[in-house]
Amino acid sequence: MTITDSSLLEKKNSTNDFNEIIQETSALTWRLFVQLIRRPSTLFAGILQPLIWLLLFAALFSNAPIDFLPGGTSYGEFLGAGLIVFTAFSGALNAGLPVMFDREFGFLNRLLVAPLNSRSSIVISSVIYITSISLLQSFAIMATSAFLGYGWPSLGGFFLIAVTLLLLIFAITGISLGLAFVLPGHIELIAIIFIANLPVLFASTALAPISFMPGWLGWIASINPLTFAIEPIRLAYQKSFDLSSVLIYAPYGEVNGYSCLAVLFILTLGLFFLIRPLLNRKLA
Amino acid sequence: MFFIQLKELFKSYGSVTALNGLNLNVPKGSLYGLLGPNGAGKSTALRIICTLLAPDSGFVEVAGHNALLEEKETRRKLGYVAQEVAIDKILTGRELLTLQGNLYHLDKNYKKRRIEELIERLEMAEWIDRRCGSFSGGMKRRLDLASGLLHEPQLLILDEPTVGLDIESRSVIWGLLKELKNKETTILLSSHYLEEVDELADEMAIVDKGKVIANGKPDDLKRELGGDRVTLRVREFSNELEAESVKELIKNINGVSNVVINKKQGYSLNFLVRSNEVISNLTEHLSKENFEVFALAHSRPSLDDVYLQATGKTLMDAELELAGKRDFKLEKKNSMR
Repeated sequence: MTITDSSLLEKKNSTNDFNEIIQETSALTWRLFVQLIRRPSTLFAGILQPLIWLLLFAALFSNAPIDFLPGGTSYGEFLGAGLIVFTAFSGALNAGLPVMFDREFGFLNRLLVAPLNSRSSIVISSVIYITSISLLQSFAIMATSAFLGYGWPSLGGFFLIAVTLLLLIFAITGISLGLAFVLPGHIELIAIIFIANLPVLFASTALAPISFMPGWLGWIASINPLTFAIEPIRLAYQKSFDLSSVLIYAPYGEVNGYSCLAVLFILTLGLFFLIRPLLNRKLA
Repeated sequence: MFFIQLKELFKSYGSVTALNGLNLNVPKGSLYGLLGPNGAGKSTALRIICTLLAPDSGFVEVAGHNALLEEKETRRKLGYVAQEVAIDKILTGRELLTLQGNLYHLDKNYKKRRIEELIERLEMAEWIDRRCGSFSGGMKRRLDLASGLLHEPQLLILDEPTVGLDIESRSVIWGLLKELKNKETTILLSSHYLEEVDELADEMAIVDKGKVIANGKPDDLKRELGGDRVTLRVREFSNELEAESVKELIKNINGVSNVVINKKQGYSLNFLVRSNEVISNLTEHLSKENFEVFALAHSRPSLDDVYLQATGKTLMDAELELAGKRDFKLEKKNSMR
C-alpha cells in the first residue's frame, strides 16, 4: 500500500468513525425526545413550578418600599434572574434520572452490548437532551417574566444569559450523571435531588441579595455556584452592561462579571475531569 | 472448530462465587444448551461472553477474538437476548427495532428490510406499531429476539429465552431457533427447562456451582448412563439408614449400576438397569431381605437423569434448594453497571 492509499484509508476510517458516532448519538437523543413528547408532564412541571414562584413571590413583595432593593429595582425584576437560573439548575439536576432508569431496568445493558463506536454517545445524548430541555424551560420563564413587565434583555444580554446558563447546566448535568452511575437506585437519586434543590436556591442570591443575609448565610451564598450564574443574568437584564462591574459583594471581597463566568467555567471543567474517569470506568 | 472457548473462568461477587473455573467449548454452527438451576452461574458466563462483565480471571474467545481485549469486534459478531427483557415502554416495537439498527450502524435500506423480515417471521405485524408498555411477556420476548437478530449475528446468545412464556410464543421462538441452526448460526442458550435443551440443543453442558460438570450431545449423555432409569422406594418416606442398606443390597446385583440416593425425594433410590430381567431379579432380592417395594418406576433415561447422575439431585430439587439461598437484591445490583 502506498502512503497516499494509507492516508486515504485513515481518512475514510475517521469519517466512518465520525458518521457512526453521529448515527448512534442522534438515535439515542431521538429516543429521549420521543419519551419527552409522549410523556410531557415533567417538561410542564419544570416550567410551572418556577412560574408559580414568580407570580407568588413577586406578588408577596409588590407593596415593599421602592428603595427596598439596591438600585431601586422591583422585586419581580430581581426575582426573574434567580428563577431563570433555578429552572436551569433543577432541569440539569434531573439529567441523571433517565440514565438511572436505564441502569435499573437493564436498557443500559442493551446499549452496552451494541458495538457503539464510542460509549460517550450515551453521555453526549443525555447532555444534549437535558441542555435543550433546561434552556427551553428557562426561556419560557424569561418570556413569562417579560409578559409580566419585568423586562427583556438586549441581544448581547441574551447571549450572556445563554452562555451563563450553558456553563451551569453542563456543570450540574455532570454531577447528576456522575450520581446516576454511583448511586444504587432512582430512589436515592431522587432523594438527593429533593434535598439539594431548595436549600441550594435559598442559599443563593436568587430570592434576596447578600446584604439581607446573616453573615454565615452570606458566606454560603458567596460560594454557591447558583449565585455566580444569577448575578451575570441580573446584569444582562440592564440596558447596557459592563462585565467588569462588581456583581457580588462577598465577605471575602468583590467579584465582577468576568470572575463569575470564570468560576463557572473552572467549575464545569473541574467537574468534567473529576467525573470522566468514573464514567469511563462504568461504561468500559 | 470452536466458536466460543471459555477457559478456567472465575468470577465472584463479594463472598458469593458465581463461576468456579468454568470451561466451555461451543462448536461453530451448533445450538449449544447450558442447563442448570437458577443461580448456577449460567447468566454470569453469558454476560462475560457478551462483554457485559469481566471475569476475575480466565480466557474468553468468541469468533476468533479475545473477548476481554477486542470487545468491539466481539460485539459486532453477537446478538444477545437477556433474561430480563429490557425494552423502552414508551417506544413502539418498530421504533425500538429502528433504534437498535442505528446502534448497530446498519444501512438505512438494509435496516428497513431486516425489520420487515423479522416482523413477518416472528409474527409481530398485528402489534408492532403499539407502544412496548402494552406488550405481554411473550410479545416482549419476541421483540427482544428480533432486536438480537436484526444485524444477522454469527452468534446468538439467549439467556432463558422462553421462561414464563405462553405456548404460542414459545413455539414461534423454538421454530426460529431451529431455522437459524439450519442456517449455521451458532446459538448458545441457557435454560433450566429440560425439554427445551432436549428439543433444541445439538450439544449441551450441565452447569453446577459455577462449573461444567458434564457435557456432550444430549443423546450421548443419556446413552452414557448405560441403561434404563429406575426409581425405587421401599417405603413412602424412608430414612438414610434404610436407604443405605438397600443401596448396599442392590448395587451388587448384576446389571444394576450408578445407584444414587435422592434425599430430597424421601430417600428414594435411583439407578440404572441393563435390561427388564434385572428388575425381576431385583424384586426377588428385596423380597428375600424383607424389603417391600412401595413404588418402582422404570423409564428411558431423560436429561433429568443425566442431571441427577451428575449432581445427586434432580434439577427441580436443585432449583428449590437454590431458590431459598438467592439474594435477589445482590443479583439486581450485580446486573447493574
